[in-house]
Amino acid sequence: MEISGKSTPLRTARQAGLVACQHCYLVHETGAVRCQRCGGKLASRMPGSLQRVWAWLFAGLIVYVPANVYPMLITDTLGQHEENTIVGGAVELFNHGSYGIAAVVFVASVMIPISKFLAIGYLALGVRSTVAMHPHRRHQLYEIVEFIGRWSMIDVFVVAILAALVQLGNVAIVHPGIAAVSFALSVAFTMLSAQSLDPRLIWDADEEIR
Amino acid sequence: MTIARESSAAVQRRYIACPHCDTLHVEALIPEDYTATCRHCGHVLAAPRRNSYARVLSLAVTALILMLGALFFPFISLEAAGLSNRTSVVDAMLAFSDGLMLPLSIAVALLIALIPAARLCAIAYTLVPLVFGGRPYRHAETAFRMAERLRPWSMAEIFIVGVAVALVKVSGLASVSFGPAFWAFAALVIVTVLQDNAMCRYTIWKSLENQRR
Ligand SMILES: [Zn+2]
Ligand SMILES: [Zn+2]
Repeated sequence: MEISGKSTPLRTARQAGLVACQHCYLVHETGAVRCQRCGGKLASRMPGSLQRVWAWLFAGLIVYVPANVYPMLITDTLGQHEENTIVGGAVELFNHGSYGIAAVVFVASVMIPISKFLAIGYLALGVRSTVAMHPHRRHQLYEIVEFIGRWSMIDVFVVAILAALVQLGNVAIVHPGIAAVSFALSVAFTMLSAQSLDPRLIWDADEEIR
Repeated sequence: MTIARESSAAVQRRYIACPHCDTLHVEALIPEDYTATCRHCGHVLAAPRRNSYARVLSLAVTALILMLGALFFPFISLEAAGLSNRTSVVDAMLAFSDGLMLPLSIAVALLIALIPAARLCAIAYTLVPLVFGGRPYRHAETAFRMAERLRPWSMAEIFIVGVAVALVKVSGLASVSFGPAFWAFAALVIVTVLQDNAMCRYTIWKSLENQRR
């Protein structure tokens, strides 16, 4: 919205003593509780944002441990009993020559969750620190985390589909393992952690120098 | 732009702030097919498109119909050594239904069917009066806010990729064939993506506000 022209200095709603709606962007006087346009709750910065980020992040980390230790998939094929963990499943796909799918599974269930833990932790720490990357870079990281995090749920769906599909009597039966539950929880908790981070905090250090 | 004038109620309604970086902008009428971005962080604030309400509404209705088909028609069938098993999406949702796994079953049902369906209904509910004229329905704002909030939790497209991975895993074990529901689900994903891209949230909020007056 270039209406005010390039020459006007950029100011935040908070600097102007106003509070903006996160849903429909309309600004209100400080102290307003609900948005006039959409009825959403107003807050200049989400209260307790960082505490909630850390709480969900640690919850997600804790349940990620059993997700990797316990079996995700239990297969009974012609009398053979096999239990696969997340990493084990990816390694097995790799050994069977399905390199592409092994990569998808490995990226979605190992690389994305771990980089997501690191990225959210870095963003939450960066809010308080002055040595972090430029807000533009941190904001890009935030958007990537928001966009990609949910894709980790793939592995849970794979287990659900296999357990529903592979029910062939004596030939092959697949059961879900307990890791499916803790992995699903871990993905959900880290999504909640990312959603708890108020993106405006990322830009606040930048506020004075505009 | 002075601070004193900004906080007076009359002028105030003409300002919006970027949801990402809180930078103030003057609220303006954005012409169709133009895109307004934040001057500070570049976030897209508004991108109204011609006939977008009618398009989004028809895509949402199409998606709902596809979803009904996807849920109840046979999805995939598996055959090995003379034994075969047909699975519908409902079966996949019930895969975890014994004991400890029950909560997971409920979660899968929510993520791949109930939340996407609820979002589509809420969007249709919001848009019908905007397409056909007249005052928005009661609580349309609440419905639309809920639809937006549920967006990250609507995972139908992730489910489809999950199906692809699962099929590769069983391909050595048995032969797989697709039922009509698989194609319905794949079409559903495409329709949902088209619908999400055609929708400009900010423009919808402004239209709701204007038609309430
Ligand atoms: Zn609002
Ligand atoms: Zn911005």
